Amino acid sequence: MDIESDAPTRRMSFGQATVDAMRLAMREDKRVIVLGEDISWGGNFGQFRGLLDEFGTQRVIDMPISEAIIMAASVGAAVTGLRPVASMSFVEFTLGAMDEIVNQAAKFRYMFGGQVSVPLVLRASDGVLRSSAGQHSSSLEGLFTHLPGLKVVAPSNPADAKGLLRAAIADNDPVVYLENKKITAKRGPVPVEDYRVALGSAAICRPGTDLTLVTYSVMTGHALSACRRLAEMGIEAEVIDLRSLVPLDLATVLRSVAKTGRLVVAHEAWTFGGFGAEVVATITSRAFDLLQAAPVRVGARSAPIPFSPALEEEVVPGPDQIVEAARKVMGLS
Amino acid sequence: MSTIDGMTPDRAAHIHRTMVRIRVFESRVEELFKAGKLPGFVHTYIGQEAIAAGVCAALQPDDYITSTHRGHGHAIAKGMAMGPIMAELYGKETGACRGRGGSMHVADFSVGMLGANGIVAGGLGIATGAALSARYRESGQVAVGFFGDGGINKGTFHEALNFAAAHRLAVVFVCENNQYAQFTSRLRTTSVENLADRAAAYGIPGITVDGNDPNQTHLRSMEAVERARSGLGPSLLNMETYRFGGHYVGDAEVYREASEVEDRRQSDPIRTWERALSDHGIMTEVGLKTIWKEAEAETEAAVRYAENSPDPEVSTALDFVFTAGS
Ligand SMILES: Cc1ncc(C[n+]2csc(CCOP(=O)(O)OP(=O)(O)O)c2C)c(N)n1
Ligand SMILES: [Mg+2]
Repeated sequence: MDIESDAPTRRMSFGQATVDAMRLAMREDKRVIVLGEDISWGGNFGQFRGLLDEFGTQRVIDMPISEAIIMAASVGAAVTGLRPVASMSFVEFTLGAMDEIVNQAAKFRYMFGGQVSVPLVLRASDGVLRSSAGQHSSSLEGLFTHLPGLKVVAPSNPADAKGLLRAAIADNDPVVYLENKKITAKRGPVPVEDYRVALGSAAICRPGTDLTLVTYSVMTGHALSACRRLAEMGIEAEVIDLRSLVPLDLATVLRSVAKTGRLVVAHEAWTFGGFGAEVVATITSRAFDLLQAAPVRVGARSAPIPFSPALEEEVVPGPDQIVEAARKVMGLS
Repeated sequence: MSTIDGMTPDRAAHIHRTMVRIRVFESRVEELFKAGKLPGFVHTYIGQEAIAAGVCAALQPDDYITSTHRGHGHAIAKGMAMGPIMAELYGKETGACRGRGGSMHVADFSVGMLGANGIVAGGLGIATGAALSARYRESGQVAVGFFGDGGINKGTFHEALNFAAAHRLAVVFVCENNQYAQFTSRLRTTSVENLADRAAAYGIPGITVDGNDPNQTHLRSMEAVERARSGLGPSLLNMETYRFGGHYVGDAEVYREASEVEDRRQSDPIRTWERALSDHGIMTEVGLKTIWKEAEAETEAAVRYAENSPDPEVSTALDFVFTAGS
């Protein structure tokens, strides 16, 4: 559903917007419960603040540092009538529950011949934030998008954060909800009303005619600031914020590429084997004739994210790399 | 030698019937697999029947179980009909999972069978989650997580037992200690000799049970289920048993002496139980024979059902990845 542009809004952080969504979902549906480490204290990033007071310990469950049971118990609860939201704080911690995510949650419906749905949401914080180093800075969406049976969303702003979380909780399949750490504290206008952003609906956040810039999560902001510099050079890029990676709103991307003939895909995750490769490959094979230049990917270089601020900046992409990529598809460098 | 105490003659006969049905079904599966009729591979339950039968007889129809790669026995004991199980082993559209899962993923949520699981100890957390859900819904349901002596060394065992114990969830963890994990004796891999000792780490009862004696498997399960249902929390039952067949059908079994298997076959749980049933005057020789005959007829009907069923339509290969309209 689209948000009316004149709907009353309140400025709040991305994190607060997700609390808003949680509260609305939990009020509406008693089957929604939350499981995670430290969540009665609000979670590592305040994404659960205040939920315990309103909903109590039966629904807001402090979990042991046992990622596998957080996920497995969520799967067990999901197939027996509840709609759990599992919090993994840092996305790296999901790796301790990879069997439960990959072999159980994602496969149950198919393996069991459609007998059950697994309505759960896995929330995890990803991305680089001020020298958090190798084990607390990754963007792992590519692991999840690879797996049939999982939906994956990665909002870029507080309003989408609220609407996508509402939609994810209401969805009947497992949804991985990735919230980037750098933008969790970022504030923006959020409609006061209750609304959902449909999974699989991309947003055009800046119209343009010269090239299509496909991105999501934290890189959306970087893309928009890159666009300001590109505009000064006379290049008008169209920015598409995918919002949802699975399902993927291919139609919106194709329409834009049909107009611009040029494609850049940017994410903070590693370029090699990343989600950007999937977008580029799909567009290239579906719309080769529309392309006027080889698509370019922007992503992190192939190293664990380093601690040193100087090295971190070297490995992790930002607006500079997007500007460079845009110039390249325009044949300017 | 088994006695029959603490259960009605009907219950004793029911457990016998379940054991025989599993034995006949599994023996037929072995034949079918060797004849090349079943795709994939199969792990049979022969020798361990007293556990599935005794435990599931302690459950209500809406209670839950999670199972393992060796799950056909659990499926039958929890109330799944043989036809859909057999058709699933054939990969047919009429299978319990419409041929998408096969032997290691047999499931029927309508009878509380939340799935065989090809990941060792993969069901323990799911049973725990089902118990969490039952607690929240105030449904009074109990969940049983079956696993093996190999599964007890998985981290998920620890995570599930700790969490279930911390919240006194209504779960019963049933370890089917058949002495081997694939080809390796548990004695070579496991820190404790008595697997029930692990329960102490979670502050829950850990009880070692003669897993070949239906009287024991049933009564100890009744106690653990009762305890769970009344809110006192989980138990760990270490049910000592032995698998008569290989790890899978076709296993060369180089890791154990034929004499060891022969020796263990002497205490066949079904024969032991039949002696007890006759001694107690619960079943006659003729009555026992009838049970076997009926199980054979039921199994043959299941084979016919499976063989006469269609393969899934290839156009449906991508169905059920996601929920339609979701
Ligand atoms: C996580 C995982 N690791 C390894 C395997 C391969 N595997 C399948 S069955 C098995 C042995 C399991 O032993 P146990 O738990 O004692 O069950 P049993 O086969 O004796 O019934 C192994 C290692 C697996 N399926 N899953
Ligand atoms: Mg074993």
